[in-house]
Amino acid sequence: MHHHSESLIRDLQERARQIRLDVLDMVYRRAAGHPGGSFSCAEMLAALYFHHLKIDPARPDWPERDRFLLSKGHAAAALYSALAQRGFFPTEDLERWGHVGAHLQGHPDRLKTPGVEMSSGFLGHGLSVGVGLALAQRLRGPHYHTYVMMSDGDMQSGVAWEGALAASKFRASEVTVLMDYNGVQLDGAAHDIMPLEPLVDKWRAFGFAVLEINGHNLYQVLDALDTALEIHSMPTVIVAHTTKGKGVSFMENTAKWHGAVPSEKEYAQARAELKGYEA
Amino acid sequence: MSEIPQRQAYGMALADYGAINPDVVVLDADVSSSTLTKYFADRFPARFFNLGVTEASMVNVGAGLALGGAIPFVNTFAALLTLRACEQIRTCVAYARTNVKLIGGYSGLSDYKDGPTHFATNDVALMRAMPNIVVLAPADNTEAALLVPIIAEHDGPVYMRISRAAVPDVFGSDHTVRLGQGTTVRPGHDVTIIGSGSMVGRCIQAADLLAGEGISARVLSMTSIKPFDADLVRQAAEETGALVTAEDHTILGGLGSAVAESLAGGYPAPVEFVGLKDTFAETGPDPDTLMDAWGLGVSDVAAAARRALERRR
Repeated sequence: MHHHSESLIRDLQERARQIRLDVLDMVYRRAAGHPGGSFSCAEMLAALYFHHLKIDPARPDWPERDRFLLSKGHAAAALYSALAQRGFFPTEDLERWGHVGAHLQGHPDRLKTPGVEMSSGFLGHGLSVGVGLALAQRLRGPHYHTYVMMSDGDMQSGVAWEGALAASKFRASEVTVLMDYNGVQLDGAAHDIMPLEPLVDKWRAFGFAVLEINGHNLYQVLDALDTALEIHSMPTVIVAHTTKGKGVSFMENTAKWHGAVPSEKEYAQARAELKGYEA
Repeated sequence: MSEIPQRQAYGMALADYGAINPDVVVLDADVSSSTLTKYFADRFPARFFNLGVTEASMVNVGAGLALGGAIPFVNTFAALLTLRACEQIRTCVAYARTNVKLIGGYSGLSDYKDGPTHFATNDVALMRAMPNIVVLAPADNTEAALLVPIIAEHDGPVYMRISRAAVPDVFGSDHTVRLGQGTTVRPGHDVTIIGSGSMVGRCIQAADLLAGEGISARVLSMTSIKPFDADLVRQAAEETGALVTAEDHTILGGLGSAVAESLAGGYPAPVEFVGLKDTFAETGPDPDTLMDAWGLGVSDVAAAARRALERRR
């Protein structure tokens, strides 16, 4: 186990709480967005952007920066909150998400938003793009690590498995996948829509080192991120068991909140629950 | 007719350019012996990546390499590249404007022996409808080779189609090619024949036929289908008043459409379209016989020119 202090964990918990509050405000204000899958990855985004990633908001094109690819692009609001809190752009910009002329698009756009490494939206692309980044840094340097956050839906797309084949062929240990395995997708439970199990066996068979964690436990998240950097012979996937809609009682584990907007009453309740919530 | 297939001219030029530009990397999807990127692979194995039959992933790996500062040339059969990986091209190359060079081999009917699954007859239409992507169809081996460094040094996505077959030589070694610029291959004042890719040589032969009938046909080569040299087309419409387009592709959405779009705004002139008429073709014994059988022959181009002239009168 890698040592992480209690104060760091508390700080990251607060960051994750702020990500959820921002997402809730953004979705409610805009009357559009994806709260469920944004809440499920809040701790992982907090761990990455406020501790683990080698990044510099003053230099979004710093060549040595780590790359983070949000393959599950529908969690854009959570990424935007993390980037704004980290200082890539003013937090006030979050209020203009989806406005005409605003830099924050419905899904991430690398050409418009500082800190967004790759445009995404349709599922499945992140892993193979990450393999390309790994090959590029291997050929050209400088050294950096690439992180790809994927979802249940990502893993149903053929191109994601093609990417897994490529990551394995090239032994792309410079890539770490964070699998936000919340088990729920737009139309229902993933095991009903298109089962992924046995998912850990599948990743192992595809040549990945698998770390299985509770994706809301920041000790486990930070430990897995550190461990992945110590594996040099193959790519690593962190299969993070998470709860869709985590932190808001009526949103948890329901497909309805994949892409729904809360009413005024629901918004108030969600806000109150998030204010009091600790992982 | 050229002594070597267009794909060979491309493959050799790519390998030669690889020696000059260390940023160039090459990806292929298990067809490097066909696209002839194997020449590059043999010389620069560390910069060659064979992705197997994973066209969609290959395009994304290319996008990642481009994000990492390399200049990836991503190769497979044009139909597989633009159809199977169409959404990856839209999202990860065009929309994200990654510096990926997409090279579609086996353009048009040039893979005569394998049949319609392998023919690329709507690739230009698909790529032309993607913002940010340059679309190229080199007329001959000279252009295919000249375009390799131009594509590499252009900052942004490019799609280029390459014939499997030998195509007629059109240009000499003094030829220059520029993105967005068409070439007047032959002067003429009665009618203009506008070709792209492997059809340009046939357009010249058609102009020879027409000359024997006392018809002076201008021939334009539109290698750059996007950006498109609309001024050259408009000038031809003004000066000759009748036009023919000829492409190894469906007449829907390709060169013919680009010409018609250029003229519709203020230079109306009769245009006849030579190309596949919204149909799948069939397997054939060799590329030229097959093209002749499907309305892409020299006589088809000449007949279209006569029709255009008739409509002008």
